[in-house]
Amino acid sequence: MHGRPRKSSSDGGSQEKDMAKAAGLQSLQTQFFKNHHEKIYTKEALQLNAKLLEINPDIYTAWNYRKLAIKQLLESESESASIKQSLDEELRVVERALKRNLTSYGAWHHRKWVINMGYSSLDHEFQLLDQLLKADSRNFNAWNYRRFVADMKKSRDEDELKFTTKKINENFSNYSAWHNRSAILSHMLKNKYGGISAKEQEMTEEYELVRQALFTDTEDQSGWFYHLWLLGQKIAPIGPKLEMSWPCNGSQLVIDFNEQSHAYVSDFDTPFGTDHCMFSEGIPLVLHFSEPVKGVNASTVSVNSLLLQSESLVWRPISPHGLQAKTWVTLLKLPSTNFRAGETYTVQIRVADTLGIILLNGYNFACPTALNFSLDIHTMTIRSTGGNFETVPLAWEADFFFPLAIDENKFPIELHLDSLSIDGSGNQENTRWQQETLDREIKVCRELLEIEMDSKWAKLTLARLLIAQDMLSGGSILRNKRMHTDEVLQLFNDLIEIDPSHAEYYKDQFSLILLDKVSSGKQNLQEYLWDSKGTGSLSNGERNKWLRLHGLSLSRLGSLEQLLWVQRLDISHNRLQSIDGLEALQLLGCLNLSHNLLANFTALGPLRQIKTLRALNIADNKIGAHTVNSTRFSFPSALNNSSISNADTTRDADEENLEISWEITIAFKGLHLRQLDIAGNPANDEKCRRLLMKTLPSLKWLDGTSVN
Amino acid sequence: MGELEIEKHTQFIMSVEKKKDFDSMVMEHLRMSGAYWGLTTLDLMGKLDAVNREEVVSWVLQCQHDCGGFSGNVGHDPHILYTLSAIQILALLDKLDTIDADKISAYIVGLQQEDGSFAGDEWGEIDTRFSYCAVCCLSILHRLDKIDVGKAISYVASCKNFDGGFGCTPGGESHAGQIFCCVSAFAISGALTHVDRDLLGWWLCERQVKSGGLNGRPEKLADVCYSWWVLSSLTIIERVHWIDKEKLKTFILDCQDKEHGGISDRPDDAVDVFHTFFGIAGLSLLEYPGLKPIDPAYALPVHVVDRLFFGQPH
Repeated sequence: MHGRPRKSSSDGGSQEKDMAKAAGLQSLQTQFFKNHHEKIYTKEALQLNAKLLEINPDIYTAWNYRKLAIKQLLESESESASIKQSLDEELRVVERALKRNLTSYGAWHHRKWVINMGYSSLDHEFQLLDQLLKADSRNFNAWNYRRFVADMKKSRDEDELKFTTKKINENFSNYSAWHNRSAILSHMLKNKYGGISAKEQEMTEEYELVRQALFTDTEDQSGWFYHLWLLGQKIAPIGPKLEMSWPCNGSQLVIDFNEQSHAYVSDFDTPFGTDHCMFSEGIPLVLHFSEPVKGVNASTVSVNSLLLQSESLVWRPISPHGLQAKTWVTLLKLPSTNFRAGETYTVQIRVADTLGIILLNGYNFACPTALNFSLDIHTMTIRSTGGNFETVPLAWEADFFFPLAIDENKFPIELHLDSLSIDGSGNQENTRWQQETLDREIKVCRELLEIEMDSKWAKLTLARLLIAQDMLSGGSILRNKRMHTDEVLQLFNDLIEIDPSHAEYYKDQFSLILLDKVSSGKQNLQEYLWDSKGTGSLSNGERNKWLRLHGLSLSRLGSLEQLLWVQRLDISHNRLQSIDGLEALQLLGCLNLSHNLLANFTALGPLRQIKTLRALNIADNKIGAHTVNSTRFSFPSALNNSSISNADTTRDADEENLEISWEITIAFKGLHLRQLDIAGNPANDEKCRRLLMKTLPSLKWLDGTSVN
Repeated sequence: MGELEIEKHTQFIMSVEKKKDFDSMVMEHLRMSGAYWGLTTLDLMGKLDAVNREEVVSWVLQCQHDCGGFSGNVGHDPHILYTLSAIQILALLDKLDTIDADKISAYIVGLQQEDGSFAGDEWGEIDTRFSYCAVCCLSILHRLDKIDVGKAISYVASCKNFDGGFGCTPGGESHAGQIFCCVSAFAISGALTHVDRDLLGWWLCERQVKSGGLNGRPEKLADVCYSWWVLSSLTIIERVHWIDKEKLKTFILDCQDKEHGGISDRPDDAVDVFHTFFGIAGLSLLEYPGLKPIDPAYALPVHVVDRLFFGQPH
């Protein structure tokens, strides 16, 4: 099946031989199956079976037969020596079969089954494994089997680690050995220290071992993969934490509250200066974590204020995946009475004071955090906020934008966290070792690059190290202290040239670094902040403030936790196929995604979680141009057995095109869009428009035309 | 290079079952999977009408045992691998009404172990391939809730390695075939959060070697079958743009036997139906014109999967 040369059709002589071989095999098989079905386990029958397995070790039924024969033997025989003899014969049969095919699952499992009985010498197994792994050091069946035998013998991790050292020293290119090393080391460290944090000395030795591999052959990937893993063990940016919130810590919201309509118009601080927004159901409170978590609720997050006495808040995970999310939202509803207009009320939030917030890996989220903001409340007189698009649709074109002057006093937005973490003491030491390691490894990469200027692995690792160093020295608190951004961007540009097959990967990383740069400092953000005196959104000539990240060749979104305050976002004219992460922007009202590479409506899935979205432009994308929908499993549906959305997937019986109907539902159902632009997409036909209007009953403008 | 020889490949597949040479005999024990590969390939090329459906169904049913499981061929023992292939064939031919879904579910449920893993059969071999077979098969039968899905998923998650990939068992080296099984099992169960898409996606895209083909793990040779295992995994986690699609397309087309039909593991090697399926399935995922789209997790044509899950209410 693998690695056999193609035979020419005119090879008559060998054809005859082959047919004879086939006939021989056929007759063996026929005989064997007769024995199997009639349960004949005589010595001759077993020998015939062994002969068959030697020719074809993959006939799994033949291995089953041998087990049945042994079981029968064990029923009648109780003498230990006799049993051992029979089992040794089994092991010999397996060995012969393995010589035919070293990757025969049936053979390996039979051996394991026999050994499990406990009559055989484990030392002999280790010897056999030494032989076999010498013949093929990448044979994963053998490595798996070794793990099984080591476990049975209760070998020490240290000894197994030594074995991997031996194999690595024989050949640095042995990915299997490095892999097994990582598994054993993880296990050792877990046991030794009761947790996954490593002792520095051991890790330093690991780095030394890897360094030998890297200097021996810069282009051998095994060492580099292992190196990346080592970095992740200790250097990965500070553990899971609360990254950002909206309203953010220390900010003030000025609220006009209309008692009749229960509408809140809020003025709040942003990098633009003051912006405002109307909320009809309550003030959203957004928490954004560095990793997906579950268990955010009224007992794990306390929200206290004179205004909200004993509110039991309901927290919603913002994710298509159900219970786990990076972003969580709740709504603060102000009481109709019981507050004094003109007063300032503080809201205190304490996250993870009590246990209950859980990470994906099952561990507790252990980073208690406190933050607060203030509400300055007035009763509302009639004030327009814009954004209703009643008379004319929102215009998206560039003509309507002009650069915004920034209020010097109001920037940057920082999340000042009073961390209640008790882990304080060890941190200093930790950080120092991490910084030393990063400095040293960066030096190693630079040395390697002097020898091999175009080493893709060295450049990629260097880029990752520099990113890690920036994160470590600044953290996300001092984002404007990034030192290496320009060098990192240059490294990715180099990689696109050296390794064009993987250009799209490097472009995605480039986008992430670029967005990190954009959002990490006043100077950086300034050029992307625009004013729009556009028509349609305003009835009194008021300006609207936009963040415009258009035309940056972005293929990926990141640093979105820095942009939770954004209400109007223009990411048109980029190369986005996915908008994963955008769901964090819980205040978003207007979104321009035109001229990107979105291939399906389902790629818009994250938008369904943004209840405030009113105007969306997805014109001139690639929706309908592709036959493959790679987002099929990213959203709940019957396909992935998600009970959440069964209602979504019922269809009208006369719906011809199941696919597009499902996609539109996944993307849009439940959204209160008033305006949608979809021209310039192959899928934009009459049927599609009908489905859209059906799914979006609140829609007023479709491609600039009134639909009501 | 150049074109996909649909006619030749059709002829090749149709001829496979009649072959009596040694190499074909050696494959007899996995004929159920062979049939699934051949029939699905024919459907992707729009040539399934060439097949006698009744004959196929009748043979498939002959391979069902009293326990509910299916064997690889008539007279062989039942196994979860061939149970999945059998169900996939029946789904493809829209003949799932010929079997007792509850009986088959019970067989699979019986193979789940305490720790959530699945044995291949009564003899107890454990492998994440079998976790995939269980989840995929039960999902097609709309009976996924019969197993302990939570445990099944946490067992698969326990096979995650330092590089973001997955192996056969906990601690087993990452391998593209196992990764397909684990990622698809997560996908079908709505548990894709267990995958680190960026880390795994990068490891997977590094399977592309200079020739444009894909290997299954570092330092190994490119092989057409990885065009499926790697590509489908990348598609499910939305990272398929990280490989050079054009170069891969060229590699697959170069592996065709343009004279006799069929596709081999690498150029100029012997062809077989296994590599023919994975080559053409890979081309389908690469949107090669003239091929029907294939579902990356269920490994069946999209129209079949959509019919199963979005068609008539069940």
